[in-house]
Amino acid sequence: MPELSPTAARRPTNLAERPEHSPDSPLSVHAMTVAYHRKPVLWDVDYDAPPNRLIAIVGPNGAGKSTLIKGCLGLVPRSSGQVEFWGRPHGEARSRLGYVPQRESVDWDFPVSALDVVCMGRYRRIGWCRPVSRKHKRASLDALDRVGMADLAKRQISQLSGGQQQRVFLARALAQEAELYFMDEPFAGVDAATERAIVDVLRDLRAAGRTVIAVHHDLQTVPEYFDDVILLNMRVVASGPVAEVFTQENLHQTYGGRLTLLAEAAEAVARAASGERAP
Amino acid sequence: MSWPAFQFDVALDLFPMLAGLLAAVGCGLLGNFLVLRRISLMGDAISHSVLPGLVIAFLIATSRSPLAMFVGAAVAGIATVVLVELVKKLGRVEPGAAMGVVFSVLFALGVLLIESAAVRHVDLDADCVLHGQLETLFWTTPVQSWDEVFQLRTWTGYVIDPAVVNPETGEVVRSAIYHQGVPRQVVTLAVMVLAAFAFVGLLFKELRIAAFDPALATTLGFNASALHYALMVFVAAATVASFEAVGSILVIAMLICPAATARLMTDRLLAQIAWSLAFAIAASIGGYVAATAIPSMWGKEPVNAAGSMTVAAGVLLTLAIVVSPKHGLVVRAIRRRRLAASVALDDLLAALFRFAEQGEPKVPRARLAQLVPGIRLDRALGLARKRDLVTLDDGLVALTPTGLDTGGAIIRRHRLWETYLVEQAGVSPDHVHETAERLEHLPPQPDLPADTDPHGKAIPPGV
Repeated sequence: MPELSPTAARRPTNLAERPEHSPDSPLSVHAMTVAYHRKPVLWDVDYDAPPNRLIAIVGPNGAGKSTLIKGCLGLVPRSSGQVEFWGRPHGEARSRLGYVPQRESVDWDFPVSALDVVCMGRYRRIGWCRPVSRKHKRASLDALDRVGMADLAKRQISQLSGGQQQRVFLARALAQEAELYFMDEPFAGVDAATERAIVDVLRDLRAAGRTVIAVHHDLQTVPEYFDDVILLNMRVVASGPVAEVFTQENLHQTYGGRLTLLAEAAEAVARAASGERAP
Repeated sequence: MSWPAFQFDVALDLFPMLAGLLAAVGCGLLGNFLVLRRISLMGDAISHSVLPGLVIAFLIATSRSPLAMFVGAAVAGIATVVLVELVKKLGRVEPGAAMGVVFSVLFALGVLLIESAAVRHVDLDADCVLHGQLETLFWTTPVQSWDEVFQLRTWTGYVIDPAVVNPETGEVVRSAIYHQGVPRQVVTLAVMVLAAFAFVGLLFKELRIAAFDPALATTLGFNASALHYALMVFVAAATVASFEAVGSILVIAMLICPAATARLMTDRLLAQIAWSLAFAIAASIGGYVAATAIPSMWGKEPVNAAGSMTVAAGVLLTLAIVVSPKHGLVVRAIRRRRLAASVALDDLLAALFRFAEQGEPKVPRARLAQLVPGIRLDRALGLARKRDLVTLDDGLVALTPTGLDTGGAIIRRHRLWETYLVEQAGVSPDHVHETAERLEHLPPQPDLPADTDPHGKAIPPGV
């Protein structure tokens, strides 16, 4: 990958200095590039997640935050790069990974109850072709209880408020009993009560030794809710503990003017690749 | 016009009815997942685009063996899905347009292949593809007694009279007479229905998660696109199995109508599937009977049974849209009427309370009519008197003590909202009345320690 911007030279993490695929690290991303319709969305991402931390992915719109998660989980094809979990490939780590997609990504008119949705988190444990047993239903009810939704278990999901729907998703993630969670904007469009409930759950997860990587939009609450941060704008601008990395200068680099040059370059590459002429 | 007449005749009606029923149940079951994924048109697309698959399979296998037909259809089904995805991506068009393009082109290709010399002698004609040959499934010699029902040969068919051959010339004098067993089409349909139930039964939770949240399904190791293709293979198989007997129009209708009708009846997937099967059975049997019974009212000949079943499925869907308990037009109209009545009642009580505040406890009806318009006042007054909230004496309306409390609570909510909007939301005092006028009819109310509203009026104490 050619050096396209002066910021690239000052990247805080350097591949050569990194311990290669530490088995302690729940997630190791090595030189990952993802493109949609030949237009690069993520370029050459290197990242090692420290274990047992709450990690925020922060960056402007179109920075590839959701794509980073989806690329790690194999939900979008990677153009290049490797992803490992605890030093193992995705296939061997599946049951240790939890995923909370964006709330808008599903059809909330679907004819299922809140409990049905939470039970989906147990499907891998249940296995192919077997019905959801009472044991798994109980575990799912417990998960609903942890997000304060036990009395709405039988409700059809379209009759829940936005915040309640988000909590159902969170309960489903808890029911997965994973060790590393990916959450795509868990705080988007929720009420204050739900936001507190989610923060409590995140802290419980950390106390239980889990790692959470969440796309987060509200810069104000990053230092309060998260331990680590990944500043992303097509590539990792900076990553590490909030206290060290979440600085004015890094934020300016992530959101500010300089990187528009990179975006322009990407546009030009995309146009060239798809055979269109430059305007 | 006479009464509708339908006489069930085992020989003529049993197998056509059974074929229609099986096709409806099989397609209806699978259709649930198409409706859930909002890709009902895919059923339409696949049922058309299997045609070239069938013809090509015939050309390769040189027979119409069920296995060859099934493989041809399955391949065509998958090809349809792949092509639709490709057109969607490369052509950058909406999914409906992509499906429309793919299936019309593939269907046309199938017709061209049939018309071409190579396969002209085959009885795969476009007419039969559209409405099937349900009426040809008669039973030559139906069972005469209960004993026969339990004999295997009754169902498989047997020779009644062997052929008579002239021993000298070797010429066949009289050909053999067979008892015909269960028609091949019905057997194929039964196998298809069993397979579809096994598929949905075994993979119910996998199909559900793949339809609801394909991304999560995939991360959990239930490959959503593989499940999608598997579903499409079954849709293609159901289409082919149903084709010959009932034609593609009924297939398309049964892939969509029963599931769409069921969706209006319930908010649970299992219940939806049960309802869809009930509707499929009702549409197929009802449609079959109606094909004979309704024309008979005017002394006309029976109409095409598959077409009649399709119409029946459409009629059921229309009925559900009107009378469904949750989403039906009737229920919604009733709900709206009730809401309007309760709003009118609230308005009446609030108006009376305001008059009482100004020292006018008895209000002439005519003055109220200016505040609560015409018919709504009559209904509101009727409702209020029935609930003992007002009295009507000599054209004068007055609140009872309960009415005073209820009216006070509404005014309290109204003025609390006005206060809230001014103090907390920063709305100017002369803009808050309209909003408060709506919010006063709903249960939530701001919890404020205020005694007076922004206009200086006293807020009645809570009860």
